[in-house]
Formats: sequence, structure tokens, C-alpha cells
Amino acid sequence: MTLELSRLHRRFAGFQALDDVSLSIAPGEFLALLGPSGSGKTTLLRILAGLDYPDSGSVHNDGENFLAQPARERRIGMVFQHYALFRHLTVVENIAFGLRVRPWRLRPSRGEIRARVDRLLRRVQLEGMGARYPAQLSGGQRQRVALARALAVEPDMLLLDEPFGALDAQVRVTLRRWLRELHEELELTTVFVTHDQEEALELADRVAVMNNGRIEQVGTPEVIYQQPATPFVCEFIGKVNRFNVWSGNQGFAAGSWSLHDDPWQGRYTEAVAYVRPEQLRLAAPASQPAWEARLRHIYLAGSVAHLDLYVASLDLSLEADVASEDLSRLGLQAGMELRVAPRGAVLFPLDRDGRPLSAERWIWQARSPVPA
Amino acid sequence: MRRRVLPGFGISLGYALAYLGLIVLLPLAALAWKASGIGVEGLLRLLSSPRTLAALRLSVVGAVVAALVNAVIGLLVGWVLVRYRFPGRRLFDALVDLPFALPTAVAGIALTTLYAPNGWLGQWLEPLGIKVAYTPLGVFVAMVFVGFPFVVRTLQPVLASLERDVEEAAESLGAQRWQTFFRVILPMLAPALLTGFALALARAVGEYGSVIFIAGNIPMRSEIAPLLIVQKLEQFDYAGAAALGVAMLAISFALLVLVSLLQRWSHRWQERSL
Amino acid sequence: MSAVMRSRTVAWPRRLVHVVLIALALVFLVLFLLLPLATVFVEAFRQGVAPYLEAIKQPEALSAIKLTLLVAVIAVPLNLVFGVAAAWAITRFEFPGKALLGAFIDLPFSVSPVVSGLVYVLLFGAQGWFGPWLDDHGIKIIFAVPGLVLATIFVTLPFVARELIPLMQAQGSEEEEAARVLGASGWQMFFRVTLPNIRWALLYGVLLCNARAMGEFGAVSVVSGHIRGLTTTMPLEVEMRYNEYEYVGAFAIASLLALLALLTLALKSLLEWRYGDEIAAHAPGGH
Repeated sequence: MTLELSRLHRRFAGFQALDDVSLSIAPGEFLALLGPSGSGKTTLLRILAGLDYPDSGSVHNDGENFLAQPARERRIGMVFQHYALFRHLTVVENIAFGLRVRPWRLRPSRGEIRARVDRLLRRVQLEGMGARYPAQLSGGQRQRVALARALAVEPDMLLLDEPFGALDAQVRVTLRRWLRELHEELELTTVFVTHDQEEALELADRVAVMNNGRIEQVGTPEVIYQQPATPFVCEFIGKVNRFNVWSGNQGFAAGSWSLHDDPWQGRYTEAVAYVRPEQLRLAAPASQPAWEARLRHIYLAGSVAHLDLYVASLDLSLEADVASEDLSRLGLQAGMELRVAPRGAVLFPLDRDGRPLSAERWIWQARSPVPA
Repeated sequence: MRRRVLPGFGISLGYALAYLGLIVLLPLAALAWKASGIGVEGLLRLLSSPRTLAALRLSVVGAVVAALVNAVIGLLVGWVLVRYRFPGRRLFDALVDLPFALPTAVAGIALTTLYAPNGWLGQWLEPLGIKVAYTPLGVFVAMVFVGFPFVVRTLQPVLASLERDVEEAAESLGAQRWQTFFRVILPMLAPALLTGFALALARAVGEYGSVIFIAGNIPMRSEIAPLLIVQKLEQFDYAGAAALGVAMLAISFALLVLVSLLQRWSHRWQERSL
Repeated sequence: MSAVMRSRTVAWPRRLVHVVLIALALVFLVLFLLLPLATVFVEAFRQGVAPYLEAIKQPEALSAIKLTLLVAVIAVPLNLVFGVAAAWAITRFEFPGKALLGAFIDLPFSVSPVVSGLVYVLLFGAQGWFGPWLDDHGIKIIFAVPGLVLATIFVTLPFVARELIPLMQAQGSEEEEAARVLGASGWQMFFRVTLPNIRWALLYGVLLCNARAMGEFGAVSVVSGHIRGLTTTMPLEVEMRYNEYEYVGAFAIASLLALLALLTLALKSLLEWRYGDEIAAHAPGGH
């Protein structure tokens, strides 16, 4: 099924949950709706599930009006944020629910239901747990029951609302990988909602970043990460250093660091620059423009070290990431002075009112990449 | 395009409205209509008759005092049941609801027998010069009885959910136990206390069954307003009964509005958190 | 719990305060609640078991018991259906006037029982709105069983709804939405998901509703006409016997009602203890 969402609007009392959202979902793809709370991502998912309806706009499924179909006829599997397991039914009864409520003519036989439930229990690795009640399961197990229940009706599309939100960090990572494998196996169109950018980038084929009811950018995780379309995407995805640059004789510059270029040919005097922590060079050669920065502190976080840098001339704090094993190789110590320069940056010019212009984005790369 | 996802909106709301309209609203409209039959002048004359005034005063003042007493005793009992562990606590906790469960007529004759001059309690109070049965004091006792569970039951969940660390914080800041109680605990309980007070009050103002036996129903002295309504009905004075009924409704609504305003005020620290 | 630990470790003046407070509360509960209950049974058996049984076996007593059961059997299921419908509409949908509807449901709690009966007299009585019409068609409502039923429905109307609304609000509609997405029809959703989730709260509400319905006095007293053997429910029979100085007879019937109250309390406590979280933060206010 190819879903074509077109110009969806949805307003709740006092706030715009969806503001002109268009999106197409390809068969078999794994799509993440990523955004902060209140960005409209759950509303969008609920509209797909038939649990909410847009004020205007359309959703077509292979040319057919999807919105005209009630929830129960859409052939959708939904995993709710808090799983919404039926607390008075056992695991087996929960999974079989969607089959047992079918009209008599379409209902599989008891034996068939039982067999299908058993297959699903094995698939979600819950053999032997069938007689338990939801309250007797751990969070990760509940999540897998919810998934099995959704899959039991053999849906055309799987919708997941914050599927890992209620789980602790370790279970979350394990289940994530498992879900990805499951998707590859079933090749089922899957849409999931998350506020966790790491989760979205790791799992999805494509990510739609949402903010204030609008889609800011849709793309593969690589594109979203490396070529963010808007300042919001820059700041929401990953960690990022942000500072302003001004137009001068040699193009845009900030203090002693200069880009030697102006793609906007003098139309703007100021721009905002985003630089990822791993894009900062820590020992730039004297031939290159760079900042004099003080290494204030090293935060060692396992395999990665976060460096807290301070550029006194700009009163600017920066964060740089290096591999922990490189610390000693580079001879890094708190208190030392470094010559720091970005290797790449994403820039947006500012209009007269100081608003960044997403349409004029400039992705800048240092000309001669020198190994760090 | 907008549709409701869950079914049954029309049928459930339609049924609820129709039922409520037929059972509650239509009869109350009949009450208002009948009461209007005697006109404003007639209503004022009726309400200003000394006997009516005395009965209304007894119902209202008695109920307010009874609800106040219930607030104090209810706080004590609620506190003891939530905070302390002692044998039989469960049983006593269940007992609190007795006035809810015991039919009012049964409570009425039991209280009367108990407080009669030769009753189990009456015989001890009589020598002290305290007469309960067949006096306004008896009316008050019955009103305390029927309103008792409300304060306890509204307070208990709030008491149970009070964060212990707030009290410990107060004590670590040097507060005495009684200071902690009056400055920290009581303000936090105030909204629930007021809810319980309001419920007990609403119940006592209109109470009939448990009161009429013990009251003795002496005109001008121990006669309650609902009894006057019954008497007017027995004399086929429907308009008069309706007028008194409207007056009683107005009084209990006025009291409830007053309490809900008080409650909003005492709740003000909770409003911000949404 | 921690209260015990504290009371063991705290200084003796504070323990003294605990003991005094407990004693005060218990003395009050015993004198004020337990003693009236005990009085009922003591008075009922004052002249022994035989007169007690005699008093209960009288035809008036038996017809009062039957009438009380009949009224409850009609009133309680009607209010049950109403309570479920009202709670479903209020907790699952947004519509204008929702708060007002909630307030109207509570209305009977703040109306004097006597007024609750009075309104039906004004509606269906000889001088009421529909009185003449009913008279022409030979239908009797006031001073007859239908009046008793109506007055009882009025005073017990809020119980089930009041019990269900906070619980269904707290449970939310996710499970029902899940059932819909999984293909359940409206009734399948209701009977397989909604009803099992609210069953204990429903039972709780029915229990309170029934206790009030069987014990109601003020409202039925106004519409009953006190026709012995025809329109006297048990509480009315208690009143009539008491006023005729038939104390043993009055207390004998009263003891049956007191047993009903004790049974209600026991079941209520059992439900709270066993299914506390499934009854949830029920709004206090069961009269």
C-alpha cells in the first residue's frame, strides 16, 4: 500500500496539532515521525489509525480514500504508547482478540487461532508466558505482547506510538534491534512515533522531523543528520554547537576564524552556523584560520570524550567529541590552549528581523580536509 | 469528515439526557411551577411565618453546626484510621460507613431509644440536666450521625497521599509537631475537609428520616423544615409545600455555592499546576 | 508500616498523643455508631425470639419485605443502565454542557428526600400536572407502587454514575481504541473490554444504590400514602409500628434492615480490599 497524505490540518482547542502536512509512505518502508511533544506526530499517527480525523486534507491509499474507512476496516496494527493491553485478558487472549471479534464467517477456527497465537508467541519470544496477565509482565514483555496482538490480524501497516518510551535504556536498545530485524523479515510498512532522535536515526529508513504541527524535513537518517534543512532540525538532531558569523572582507567570519566565502553574494550580513561536536578540529595548523580556545574540562563518557572548550575572544563555549583513545595520542589535558576550527558547518542567513532563512541554507566544508 | 472513533455517543448521551430529564428535571420543573402558584407575596408570607422561620432556622443552623462538628471529629477519626496501626482498625474503618448503609428510619428509632431518658445513654445524661431526645439537641445528634462518614471518607485518600517528606522537612526546619500540623498538614487538607463539610451539610439540611423520631417535632422548637412540607402535603396545601420545597432547594444551593467558593480559595495553590 | 516503626521509635510524649487520639476516635465510633446498631438488635429481641419471629411473620411485614424488594429490583437496574450510559458519554466524548450534565447527575444528592417525593406528588398527584389525565385513565402513580419506584429512582440516581465516572476517566479510552483498531464492533468492544474493566466499580455502585433503594424513607414516605399491606415498604412499616408503640415489631423489621446494612458494609469492604485499584479513586458521596 502506498499512502499519500495531503495537506492535513488538525486543530485542537487552542493549538494547531497539524499544519499543512503532506507526506507519502511507500510500501514496506520503515518511517519514523520524530519531534518534541506537541509537534503533532502522535496526531498524525492517530489519523492513520482512524482514531482521529483531520479538519481538512486527505489520505489516499493506492488512490482510495483512506479516511472514509473506519478504524476497524483499515487493516492496521497499532501499538499504543502504554500498550493498551486488555488487563483482564491473558497474553494469549490479548493476542487472539482481533481474530475472535471477527464476524463469524471470517473468523478462523479455534485451532487456527491457537496455532497463529503460538506462532506469534514464538516470534516475540514469549513462549510459556501465554497464560500470564499483563500485570505479571515486565515492560519489555508487555511491549512485545502489544506487538504480537497488532500483528495477529495480519495488518497491511504497523503503527507504533513511542514504542520504547516506557522502557529502560538497556531493554530499549535490545528491542530496537529486534524490531528492526522483525521489520526486515516481514517487510511490513511501519510508521513509528518517537521523540528520541537516536532511536529514529538508528531504526528508520526515512525520518520525518516534525515541529509545531509541520514537517520540517523528510529524508534518510544520513540526510537528516548531515544536511539538516532547518535550524530546528540542526538543534533537535544530535548535539550541535551554534554561533553567529558576520559578513566581512573575506566572506563570513566569526572572530579569527573565517569561511573565505559568501554564497549569498552580499545579500545578508549575518548568519547562524551549526557545527557538530565531531566536526571541530582541535589542532588546526597555523596556516589555517582558527580560534584560540582553552580546554576547560574533559568529560570521559566511555568510548567518547566530550571536551568543553572556551573561546575567550568570542565568549563562546564549544563542545568537541573525540574518541577516548585519542586523548593521549593528542596529548589533551584540561587547561591547555588549542587552535580550534570547524571542518564543516551548516549555515542559515538571518533576515533583518534576525530570523534564520531555511530556504537559503549553505552547507560548508573546509577545502582541504586534513586528518585530525 | 469528522467522526467519532468510539461508538455509542448518540445513544448513551441521548438516553442519559432523556432519563435525567424525565426523572429529575421535569419533576423539579413541576415543583417550581407549583411554587410560583402562590406568587411572591404568598411565598414571602409563608416564609415569614414564625413557625416556618423557626423550622428553617433549625434545619440550617443545626446542619451547619453538625457539619462543623463532623469536620472536627471526622478529621480526628480519619487521621487515626490512616496514620496509626491498632488492632481492629479495618473493622472500625468499615464501621464509618454505617450511617450511609443504615436506613434513616432505623437510625432514627435507634437514636431515639438510645437517648430517651431511660435509654442507655439518656439515663446518664438526664441527671446532668442534658436532654437529647425530643429537643433541638436531638435533631443535632441525628444530623451529626447521618453526616459523619462524609468528612472521613473525603479526607482519607488525601491523608494517605500526603507526602511524609513534607512533614519531615517542616520538622527539620525546627517546627514543633503541633506547628507542623497547623501550618503544613491542615492547609493541605483544607480542600478535602471543605468538600466533606459541604457533603455533610447538604445531607443534614434536608435530612428527614433519622431526625423526625428523635426531634419530638414540637412546633417552634424542634420541628424541622422537611417535616413542615410533609404536614402541608397532609393538609393538601400543595402550593405551600412546593414553596417550602423551593425555599429549601434555594438554601442548600446557596450553602453549596458558598462552600465551593471557599473551596476554590483554599485550593488556590493547586490551580497553577496543570 | 512506617507508622508502627515511628511509634516504636518516637519519644514517649508523642506515643502518648497517639494513644490518646486513638482512644478518642474509638470511643466516639463505639458510642456514636456501634451503640445505635446494637440498640436495634437488643430492642428487637427484648421479649425473646418468639415475639421477634412473630413480628416478622405478620402478613404486613411480609408484604412490606416483598414491596421493598420489588422497588429495588426495578429501580436499581434502571439506574445501572443510566449510570453506564452517562459515564460512557461523559468520559469518552467531548460535548458542550458536559460539566452541567455532571452537575445534574449529582443534583438528587443535594435535594431533601422529602422534596424528592414531593416533586412526584406535584407531577402525578390529584392536583398535579398529569393528575387529572391519569385519573381519567384509571392510572394510579401516587399512593401506589409506581410512585414508590419513581421516588426511589430519583434518590438513588447518582450512585452508579458517580462510581463509574472517575474510574473510567482514570482508565482512559486506549484499550477501547485498541479494540476498535483490532476490528471489534461497538458491542464487542463494550462487552469484551469496557465492561470487564468496570465490573467491580459497577458492582460497588450497585451495592450502594441498592442499600439506599431498600432503606429510603423520606421520599417514599411522601408518595406512599401509608396503605398497610399495599404501599408500605420496610422502612415505612418500621415507622408505622414505632408510632403505634409496637416497639418489638418496629425493631424486628429494623433489625432486618440493619442486617442488610451490615451485609452491604461487609461486601463493600470486601470489594475495596480485594479490588481497590479497580474501583479506584471513587468520589465520596454515597449517601
